[in-house]
Amino acid sequence: MEWITALGDLEGLKSGATVYGQGGPWILGLIKVVTFILPYLLIVPILVWWERRLLSWMQDRIGPNMTGTYTFKDGRKFKILWGIPQAFVDGIKIFLKEDITPKAVDKFVYFTAPAVALFPAFALAGVVPWGPKEGIYGLLTPIADVEIGLLYILAVSSLGAYGVVLSGYASNNKYSLMGGLRASAQLISYELAMGVSLACIVLATGSLRITEMVQKQEGDLWGVSQLGVIQNWNIFTPFGFIAAIVFLVALVAETNRAPFDLPEAENELIAGYHTEYSSMKFGVFFMGEYAAMFLLSGVFMCTFVGGYNFLPIDWAQLSQTASLGPAQPIFAFIDQAQYWLAPLGFIAKAFGGVTLFVWLRATLPRLRYDQLMNLGWKQLLPAAVANFIVVGIWLVATRLYGSAGGWIAAIVSYALTYLFFLKFVFKSKTGKPTFETRTVTMVNSPAKKEAS
Amino acid sequence: MILPIATIVQQVPLGAFLGLGLTLFIMGGVGVLIRRNPVVVFMCIELMLNSVNLILLSFARYLPSGGAGESPMNSAVSGQMMVIFVMAIAAAEVAVGLGIIMAIFRSRNEVDIDDMSLLKS
Amino acid sequence: MTGGMLGFVIVGIIAFISAFFVVKSEDPVRSAIGLVVNFLAIAVAYFMLGAEFLGITQVMVYAGAIMVLFLFVVMILKLGSRDKVVDRAPLQRTAAIMLGIALLAMVMSAVIGADGAVASSVEVGPDFGKPQTIGKVLFTAYVWPFLLASILLLVGVVGSILLAKRKG
Repeated sequence: MEWITALGDLEGLKSGATVYGQGGPWILGLIKVVTFILPYLLIVPILVWWERRLLSWMQDRIGPNMTGTYTFKDGRKFKILWGIPQAFVDGIKIFLKEDITPKAVDKFVYFTAPAVALFPAFALAGVVPWGPKEGIYGLLTPIADVEIGLLYILAVSSLGAYGVVLSGYASNNKYSLMGGLRASAQLISYELAMGVSLACIVLATGSLRITEMVQKQEGDLWGVSQLGVIQNWNIFTPFGFIAAIVFLVALVAETNRAPFDLPEAENELIAGYHTEYSSMKFGVFFMGEYAAMFLLSGVFMCTFVGGYNFLPIDWAQLSQTASLGPAQPIFAFIDQAQYWLAPLGFIAKAFGGVTLFVWLRATLPRLRYDQLMNLGWKQLLPAAVANFIVVGIWLVATRLYGSAGGWIAAIVSYALTYLFFLKFVFKSKTGKPTFETRTVTMVNSPAKKEAS
Repeated sequence: MILPIATIVQQVPLGAFLGLGLTLFIMGGVGVLIRRNPVVVFMCIELMLNSVNLILLSFARYLPSGGAGESPMNSAVSGQMMVIFVMAIAAAEVAVGLGIIMAIFRSRNEVDIDDMSLLKS
Repeated sequence: MTGGMLGFVIVGIIAFISAFFVVKSEDPVRSAIGLVVNFLAIAVAYFMLGAEFLGITQVMVYAGAIMVLFLFVVMILKLGSRDKVVDRAPLQRTAAIMLGIALLAMVMSAVIGADGAVASSVEVGPDFGKPQTIGKVLFTAYVWPFLLASILLLVGVVGSILLAKRKG
């Protein structure tokens, strides 16, 4: 039981020195996993409720708001938390539904596919920090502060394709198979853009560690010490902004969300890859989708939007600025509060990401398949690669000629890239613009076919 | 007890890694010989490439020799480099190979490697 | 049995069984699943050897990209093909397996004979397998092979597009 007494020694525990070899690391690891996974599991149903309420608000409906209403004898009503219990009631319903296994399915693959779909969503949690590295949070987060954190995220999120592909194949249903095919093509296409856009951030940070990325974003804005009050979130820099947009689009495609939800396009493929899944097997797919959505937004927040910090303001520096006088203690208090509320900050930001996803779903119509491929290969990937090259030029110029030289080189190379894109990339050979207007046109019109 | 990586290497002999790599290599080779579905033959080739990678890496880890540090003569480094290049070449090979299989399937509507013998006189 | 050896044996058994599935199973999709598991097991073996960058690259390149491509092609072909591709004649099969076993016995005996129990006597540096080391060496000493490999990949991309493109 030495590890209990050792819990007091924070630094020793962090390095693993105090309790090494006495079961301490195991228990510490277990605590780390449980403190992340339990809230995470609870958040998933709330996400579903949040999406339903938000979507219905955007579509001028009311949405699920009645579950958990208690009516007193005199007719007064008491609502518990705006209908949040609906999410948990839904969970119970999906658990208790009849479980149907179609006769013609490939049993082994059919049953493993949902587990394979759920796995990456939870495995991703291993390297995402939800609190600062200093102090007590450093003991709990991230679960593994590995040197290859970002590569790990890319690798594990690319394994997400298997759940979809295998379920589509195992269902022995043409629509499911089509869904699986679409998913595999889509994921492969968008992974490239995602990887290259993250590589820009790696280049700027100089590390693959997620915790280091978050810490680097706490520095002075654009490296200028006069702007030190504002934190240098990657999204504030030009290259980070472009990379963030590319990454966000790729993220939506990677999680199979509208408008990129072609693998489960209900008016074309019934429900796509999970057509043949019922009860909790479907529930697992559902859970995996929402969990991945939440965690990948968390990754987005960590890499581009400053991680667990609420606002891009350096409170600690403000509290030490002498000219602010009496306001200093207030800023010091906010600094402390921001430290202690860091997990809430992470959750709130990830919720913000999910809100963005829901907004997209409510706003945009689904893409056609060729539009999806064109967007991925002809627009996002060139943009990400050009951005990557410009970041490289920028960094080299900064190193050689100082900050001003870097900015000039960056502006010149961005202008050149833009001209190049205007001349070659955004124009197809036929002279038609590749940015098509989003109208409905029949691709293989039967009338046209008969005429020819 | 959580083992640091260095301990694992001290406890497992080089022969174990070599044996695993060789077994996988030969299974892949046998697969190439006995299967007729070109995609599966391709997979078996990938298996062979991977086992070679494993062997290269275990030599790099167990028998580092030559120059010191980051010099290319240091086999701890050059073994890893070889693995990276094998990976790159495997990726290119898969892209072209699967393209060929798709093209053959499109023109003949069947894929059986014994029937792909048009060049044989 | 020590902990390290136990871990290695588990990884080895998983790799062996999955490789067996690749060779044996009649359904190409099952072969592909077996190969994915095999690649993951080999990635774990890389981690055990201390090469963390290569291990994660293995997962990303092989399991994440190449095998998805394989599954894609297998599923597309399954859409069109009616009859299963039959395997070779039993005589040929037996001969191939015997040949394999003979080769294995030959090489394994050499491995075991030539001081097969070499433990890591020479210690590699602490930066073995770290992304920084690999990056530094890749872009200095190995920059020409690196460029050649990237040209090869480019040619591969162009070639596969040409092959897969429909005429007209």
